[in-house]
Amino acid sequence: MAFGTDTMTKDPILKVERLSMRFGGLMAINDFSFEAERGEITALIGPNGAGKTTVFNCITGFYKPTMGMITMRQKSGAEFLLERLPDFEITKKAKVARTFQNIRMFSGLTVLENLLVAQHNKLMRASGYTILGLFGFPAYREASRESIELARHWLEKASLTERADDPAGDLPYGAQRRLEIARAMCTGPELLCLDEPAAGLNPRESLALNALLQEIRRDTGTSILLIEHDMSVVMEISDHVVVLEYGQKISDGNPDFVKNDPRVIAAYLGVEDEEVEEVIGEIEEIEGEHGGPGQ
Amino acid sequence: MANVASTTASAGSELTARALREAVFAGLITLGMFVLFVGLKTDQNIRNELILTQRWGLLAAFVAIAMVGRFLMVAYVQPRLAQRKGAKAAAPDVVKEETFFSRNWSKIAVVLLLFYPPVIVALVGVQGSLKWVDNFGIQILIYVMLAWGLNIVVGLAGLLDLGYVAFYAVGAYSYALLSSYFGLSFWVLLPIAGLLAACWGVILGFPVLRLRGDYLAIVTLAFGEIIRLVLINWTEVTKGTFGVSGIAKATLFGIKFDATKDGFAAMMGLPISSAYYKIFLFYLILGLAMLTAFVTIRLRRMPIGRAWEALREDEIACRSLGINTVTTKLTAFATGAMFGGFAGSFFAVRQGFVSPESFVFLESAVILAIVVLGGMGSLTGIAIAAVVMIGGTEILRELTFLKMIFGPAFTPELYRMLIFGLAMVVVMVWKPRGFVGSREPTAFLRERRAISGSFTKEGHG
Repeated sequence: MAFGTDTMTKDPILKVERLSMRFGGLMAINDFSFEAERGEITALIGPNGAGKTTVFNCITGFYKPTMGMITMRQKSGAEFLLERLPDFEITKKAKVARTFQNIRMFSGLTVLENLLVAQHNKLMRASGYTILGLFGFPAYREASRESIELARHWLEKASLTERADDPAGDLPYGAQRRLEIARAMCTGPELLCLDEPAAGLNPRESLALNALLQEIRRDTGTSILLIEHDMSVVMEISDHVVVLEYGQKISDGNPDFVKNDPRVIAAYLGVEDEEVEEVIGEIEEIEGEHGGPGQ
Repeated sequence: MANVASTTASAGSELTARALREAVFAGLITLGMFVLFVGLKTDQNIRNELILTQRWGLLAAFVAIAMVGRFLMVAYVQPRLAQRKGAKAAAPDVVKEETFFSRNWSKIAVVLLLFYPPVIVALVGVQGSLKWVDNFGIQILIYVMLAWGLNIVVGLAGLLDLGYVAFYAVGAYSYALLSSYFGLSFWVLLPIAGLLAACWGVILGFPVLRLRGDYLAIVTLAFGEIIRLVLINWTEVTKGTFGVSGIAKATLFGIKFDATKDGFAAMMGLPISSAYYKIFLFYLILGLAMLTAFVTIRLRRMPIGRAWEALREDEIACRSLGINTVTTKLTAFATGAMFGGFAGSFFAVRQGFVSPESFVFLESAVILAIVVLGGMGSLTGIAIAAVVMIGGTEILRELTFLKMIFGPAFTPELYRMLIFGLAMVVVMVWKPRGFVGSREPTAFLRERRAISGSFTKEGHG
């Protein structure tokens, strides 16, 4: 069923199995399964309205799926069933962080404060759930200093150090996107879910984003799952691409495979209905000859 | 050079002509509007017949005020404003010089407040100080404390609470009832009243967790009314509208403020007066208000305070960062309610009498108005707003000279709410974000810069 899936998969960080999401009479996602490898960048693409953001919202707990199982497996081996956790615990316990398609920052807080809010749970513990911190215990002061250091680290990575003390709402669009990623990284995630991180970026910013994402993966080993329309980003950095159309998976494999998959081309460019049958017939022939593509 | 001078001169005369023209227009409009309202008045004569009284003098005064006002506005105020605006736009951003006063004004204000009672006593004597310490000092500080407490819920967490007076009532009745039934002292009951109010804060918090904005406001309003109606109708315990009277006074390390020989005045060898108790109460409420400010400032720099402000800015983003918004909202309600409870028990000990009439919706509205006028989230702004609003209405009582202008039947207190409302409209037009609209960041890398109010959100629920 899965075209061109890498058979070498060993250690998936996220396993989505038979996910379905129904909104009233609309089947937004229908029996969708895929796996994201640990340490890889997995891209979820598809035409507008294919259900990509719905998949994201199911993974990050903002929607409860109608059916299906979403398993997050941490480095330590701990497993979490994400469809059963409330949204904030998915970030807190399962260590899945996300960004939003329409940026959601705390615009009245400074850039630095945005990153400190992201370290809320860690700081809450350090401050003895506020009580010890209120009396000025040194443990909290220490943790507070560390949290600023972590924020400084991510500000440097996202090249926002210059703007650290400015209100987040004052940043230009591209910088707000980077801030959102930096903020998500400050929660210390193992899986980072990015919803269209390159939307609205100019080509130069888009290149910088590629570099940032690759750096995140290389330096922290964080796995990345991203929704993206900008093919230059998808094809450049992702190791694995999953294509969604009308809530169903139509292709799954490495970028080269997906790029040449006639179903994907048909989904994006559109073909006549009869032609689709033809095209599928052709693929099956090719698969028969080569023993399966994507290898 | 002469050319320039003549242009400005001609521009000046042109302006005067325009101002005169507009003044005449304004006069005509005023005449048209008020000729029937003011110029003519129907009265009943001694035989119960309606007669028409003509008041042309008053009408002329109205028209003259409108004309002069319009003339001054067009000829002087508007050019001045335009000039200032132009100058401001032209001038580069000048870094404001930090003076000693602007850096330490909050400490200076606290020191001044500490010396306020002795200075008043020295100026107007022990008996004369009663009015100034009680009506101005204590009354304003109670509202400062209440508004600081509400600021945690409304200003920081962005949850619009129209029933804050309920917690004030819980605190007041906790002290009134527990002290009269069980004879516990004020110092024991102060924390208990705070805790009970905090519990009620959580109880209110649970049903409204899912509500936002207008819906939240309505439910909190209803909650305030429920508490008041329970206090009225549960007559076996609360004595209903009669209220609880004869509430025990607070003591200072067991020293009572009364006329006995163990009382404060006798022990200190001072003449007997109720002023000492008021001065003691002044320091008590000052201490409580300072506690509120201290806790608020501390909490803002802690993760919970940042989470409150983040919640105000964007709740969904908060959840995506692993913040439990349920407990965050509940702690905001509970903390705000706790300070309301402290203030309530202070209110009971000050009045010696509580009745449900003190906890009507208008009180909630006044407290909320102070928070909004002061600038949501800003302690300084709120304190200024409380002084202006509460002190202002108290001062109206003092303006007896107005009787000389408007006749002996004139009672300025009756115009309290009118002036209150007018002042609020003026302040909101002039400073839409309140007296202090900017926000102090809680942490910084290089320099602490205030954040303009245009970036912060008011919260949505």
